[in-house]
Amino acid sequence: MTYRLGVDVGGTFTDVLLIEETTGETFRVKTPSTPHDQSEGVLEGIRKVCALGGISPSAIDHLLHGTTVATNAILEGKGSKVGLVTTDGFRQVLQVARSFVPGGLAGWITWPKPTPLAHLEDTVEIPERVDTRGNVLRPLDEEATRRALQHLASRQVEAITVALVNSFANSDHERRVGEIISEIMPDVPVSLSCDILPEIREYERTITTVANSYVSPVVGRYLRSLEDQLLHGGLGAKLRVLRSDGGLAGVATASEAPVSLLMSGPAGGVAGAVWAAAQAGYTNLLTFDMGGTSTDVALVQAGKPRIGRETTVGDLTVRASSVDVRTVGAGGGSIAHVPQLTKALRVGPQSAGAEPGPACYAKGGVEPTVTDANVVLGYLPPALIGGEMTLDAAAAEAAVAGIADAMGLPDAKTAAAGIVDIVNENMFGALRLVSVQQGYDPRDFALVAFGGAGPLHANALGKLMGSWPVIVPPSPGVLCAYGDATTSLRNESARTFIRRFNETSDGEVTALLATLATEAQSALDAEGVERSAQTVSWQVDVRYMGQGFEVPVDVDASQVGDGLLASVASRFDAEHERLFMFALDTEHEVVNLRAVAQARAAHVKAPTLSVGGPDPAGARTATTTVWVQGHEQQAGLYDRSLLKAGNVVAGPAVIVEMDSTTLVLPGHAATVDAIGNLLIRPVEPGTLDADKHLSTQTEAHQGDR
Amino acid sequence: MATILTSKPPAKAESVDPVTVDIIENALRNARAEMDAVLFRTAMSPGIREQHDEFPLIANPEGLMVVGQFGLSIPAFLDGFNGTVEEGDILFTSDPYACGGAISHANDWLILLPIYVDGAVVGWAAQFGHMTDVGGKVPGSLPTDATSIFEEGVLVPPVKLYRKGELNSEVLNLILNQVRMKDWNRSDLNALVAACRNAGRRIQELCARFGTDMYLATLDMLLQRNYDAMKTLIETTIPADEVLDFTDYVCDDGMGFGPYKIHCSMWREDGKLILDFAGTDPQSAGSINYYLNESLYKMFFGTYMISVFDPQILWNDGFYPLVDVRIPEGCLLKPRYPAALSCRTHGLGRIFDMLTGLLGQRQPEFLCAAGFSSSPHLMYSGYYSQGERAGEWFQLYQIGFGGIPGRPFGDGPDGYSLWPSFTNVPNEFLESYFPLVIERYETVADSGGPGFYRGGNGIDVAYRFLEAGQVSIHDDRWFTYPWGVNGGLPGGRSRKWIERADGTKETLPSKCDRVHVARGDLLHYVTWGGGGWGDPYDRDPSLVAKEVEQGLVSAQGALRYGVVLDSHGGVDTEATVALRERLRGERGPVKLFDRGFDTIEELRERCLAETGLPAPQPPPTPAAAAR
Repeated sequence: MTYRLGVDVGGTFTDVLLIEETTGETFRVKTPSTPHDQSEGVLEGIRKVCALGGISPSAIDHLLHGTTVATNAILEGKGSKVGLVTTDGFRQVLQVARSFVPGGLAGWITWPKPTPLAHLEDTVEIPERVDTRGNVLRPLDEEATRRALQHLASRQVEAITVALVNSFANSDHERRVGEIISEIMPDVPVSLSCDILPEIREYERTITTVANSYVSPVVGRYLRSLEDQLLHGGLGAKLRVLRSDGGLAGVATASEAPVSLLMSGPAGGVAGAVWAAAQAGYTNLLTFDMGGTSTDVALVQAGKPRIGRETTVGDLTVRASSVDVRTVGAGGGSIAHVPQLTKALRVGPQSAGAEPGPACYAKGGVEPTVTDANVVLGYLPPALIGGEMTLDAAAAEAAVAGIADAMGLPDAKTAAAGIVDIVNENMFGALRLVSVQQGYDPRDFALVAFGGAGPLHANALGKLMGSWPVIVPPSPGVLCAYGDATTSLRNESARTFIRRFNETSDGEVTALLATLATEAQSALDAEGVERSAQTVSWQVDVRYMGQGFEVPVDVDASQVGDGLLASVASRFDAEHERLFMFALDTEHEVVNLRAVAQARAAHVKAPTLSVGGPDPAGARTATTTVWVQGHEQQAGLYDRSLLKAGNVVAGPAVIVEMDSTTLVLPGHAATVDAIGNLLIRPVEPGTLDADKHLSTQTEAHQGDR
Repeated sequence: MATILTSKPPAKAESVDPVTVDIIENALRNARAEMDAVLFRTAMSPGIREQHDEFPLIANPEGLMVVGQFGLSIPAFLDGFNGTVEEGDILFTSDPYACGGAISHANDWLILLPIYVDGAVVGWAAQFGHMTDVGGKVPGSLPTDATSIFEEGVLVPPVKLYRKGELNSEVLNLILNQVRMKDWNRSDLNALVAACRNAGRRIQELCARFGTDMYLATLDMLLQRNYDAMKTLIETTIPADEVLDFTDYVCDDGMGFGPYKIHCSMWREDGKLILDFAGTDPQSAGSINYYLNESLYKMFFGTYMISVFDPQILWNDGFYPLVDVRIPEGCLLKPRYPAALSCRTHGLGRIFDMLTGLLGQRQPEFLCAAGFSSSPHLMYSGYYSQGERAGEWFQLYQIGFGGIPGRPFGDGPDGYSLWPSFTNVPNEFLESYFPLVIERYETVADSGGPGFYRGGNGIDVAYRFLEAGQVSIHDDRWFTYPWGVNGGLPGGRSRKWIERADGTKETLPSKCDRVHVARGDLLHYVTWGGGGWGDPYDRDPSLVAKEVEQGLVSAQGALRYGVVLDSHGGVDTEATVALRERLRGERGPVKLFDRGFDTIEELRERCLAETGLPAPQPPPTPAAAAR
């Protein structure tokens, strides 16, 4: 018997999932998160789940962990005091940033400029300079450097970033400064920009490295403490951390580059969605994770999430590979309002958050939120099965009625339907960003919905997108833990190498790719992964000579060597055509090279439900009234835990479970699959206006997988 | 007069539920954002790609802008185009005089395409972007010494770039043959077309989703929404019986004359708001004329007004009947054909300071100081003499950044721009593509005007040139200051100088072409700071001390806040209190506007001593201006 443990720490709960690898048998525990020290909640969860499964902690081979420690440090401003070392003449690199003022023409009048992550008074410049091809223009003045570092020491910085101009082309000076720092301040962690992001663009490289320094002490402390306590608790399992790019990293690697953990949470959700949908036979997915204050969406093609090169957390954007998750600031807690001047219905960006929360939580909130609208429409039953909370329907109604009055609508239900339509439209906009705007047809994708509010809005979004089926995985709350438990070790190594294609050769690029592969594999070697269990792939970022943005082109082992550049060029042209509807007869240019080493993913068998017939009557607990399509209708109310594989729930229906509620619209039906996914599809295609042609096409697209 | 081939669009729906209106509003906003995204990702010239010097719009069938950011009058444009317009056609122009100033110099290339659904025109998409070079007498095509538009490069009248989907390659080749950076122009033009086509597709999708009848009816409601909102705002915020005036200046025309006065009066009349530029100086004989499109100024004005009250509103032409912009023929803002227009950026920038100056007199939420309302240019071009690119032409066009003014909401950021979505070009990127090294990129201490809220600092960029070539500079606010408000002091002026490889130092004028540089020469390009907001003697002394430590203010500069520092850089409280008391007494009550001078004559007298440059001479009388 071999066990693996998936652990996901969320804002409220810590989910722990114990999986027996061969049978797929799982044990699941939910414990309150412990924000002051997340490891407490994690250990408590592990203790409980082992008791539940009746196993000794020592039976666990792997502990796979998604963590928000780094993310929270950024969002709460609780990272370290970072000292920054720059090249003479560039001390204000973060102060000036990219000179970008958001908010359009009059945006500058009200924009509050955030304070740089490394403060200007903690930034020093040192005499040195290399050029963009790596030639030394001015040697490093070590004496002056020592004086500057003494100044940082006197300011008691807790971490230091060294980010010198053009260090992507020649890192000698940065490395030497790193050595001097370790002499002067041996206990202060140092991040070198040539290690964290050896790519062109000084601001992006600097801010990314500073962000790394900012979270490095807190992440390091956390991981070391967790590892120690696990050992102390008799758990010899290897601890691995889920990174933003959806791969796992060992503790050492993760501690060195914690900036790559900022999207660990959302990446876990996407990984879990991929796993759950794969059980139903779907690999082309749009994921839709709607929570209380924000919603994350991402696109998955052939089982692989699209990886983006940027990570955004709050005001901070850094260049670090992460699952290309787009976040919109709208969720269940978003507040609806009607500006007096225009009488338009706006939803968000303000959110009621957890405190005071929506009006229906009866915790003092009076402003109408999306959740209140769902209550008014009957989509969220006031008393949830197994839920700890009852919802105050009257308070929701009163709050939403205010919107009806302001807009001159006949009643609260009409206003509530408007609020839901508007927020769905915002989600639709976000889903279009990752699909239509990247040249993908959403009708080729299934929509996987999770998060507290996702399953409520999913059917409506499926209609807007034409993405079928809509998949609602079982226990959406534990999905991240599944994601953590089913991914594999991954490591990336990259460098900027700017050359026109005629200035380099297949041989030169192939040699560089081989070097990067060796670097990328070394971290996996260190984690004890056999070379035979590793795969390497590459990306070459290419653009037309003169463009400012690159398009990554995937390269596999069969393409390196002779003909590499020609093949990359033709695939770049095709991708450019797909994205922008034109290609150019202009010279190509390499910008960045990247190698990704990946270990094989664990095969985790999914637990299955007992099988039943199409009739879901056994799970039907009541009939409830919902407001859809402009009038009241009777809907079945189902207890999800009683559904059997093969059951078909016809809409309108409300399916409730402990941590989420699924709405099935009229004209649609949810089929329960073998592992308990709800697959929502339109019924009788052709009879529904919005769904004309769509469902049959989707079946044709995906049915043969 | 164009003939538009279109079938009759379906009758507009009689009613649209309000939520659908909001949904379509949101979708239009997304379509517009997508136009920008496509353009930025595919354009090649740094001006568009990194600095986002471009403007999109989507219009209704009648040509009224329903979302976007510029003042194209599509009916006027089509009036001047002889021919048919049909599905698949794409129109193109670069002639400001052919489109009522929707674009204001020949560097701006404008694309317009009709959007068809079932054979009927349901709207228009248009976008223009600034080309790095359009030919003419100097690299960059912005000749300071041009006296007519014929010296400013290729001037494309309205033509069909695509005819029923087919590229008119002969016309394109003819145009591209006139310019220095063909690849950039071709690619930027492609990107503009791709962005407009993308918008067209989005509108077609909206019509399919909601029905063309519903879509068209919604556009009317969105236009009405702007009208209603502006009507309320004008009635509640603009005084009924009062004329407000404001004056600002463009410092010079690069030919030795200046400053040029821009004057605007604002009042309410019969429910309309009047913005009257009578009193503005006559047009220049040179190229600083700014052909200001009336609709564009309405749009700028409306944006400043409405966005404070409902930031999510979608900008459109709906409120235009409520605002009347009057610009006298033959003045700096409405020059007569064929006046030179290329260097209009200074006038374009200044009208934003005019807006804050006008609106701010009665609206505290708008009362900002003068700030970085500009996009100063640097051009550097020549041939590589060595290395693997020997013999190749290089040409840089870069926009500078400076100080945002002090605002009612806080300090102005250092080294930014108040232009929407402009970003600077990474220095490592510049060094990779041009023969130069950036030795310093840093804001200038004390260049932000002191105030309760400090104006943002200007920037000093030091360019070390690695190849011989020639440089052009276009900047302003070297003679007049960015003014402060409510007791805030003016920001620092712009400066340029060059340190030759042989050790000599030369002060360069704010506007110049054909400055020859040699390998090893160092150019300091210093932009201006933002004006201060509010009384600097009320600013928190510990914040002033911190900014001294940060290098944003000097110890000497702290004295302008009445703050005295001790030898460790801490606040000397006693001395500070005493100094502030003395300075307050000497100053007297605070001024609403502090321009840093009382009369232009006085400013002329100090000019040479302060700037190292001779004062500009008063502009010639109208009779002497070039015709």
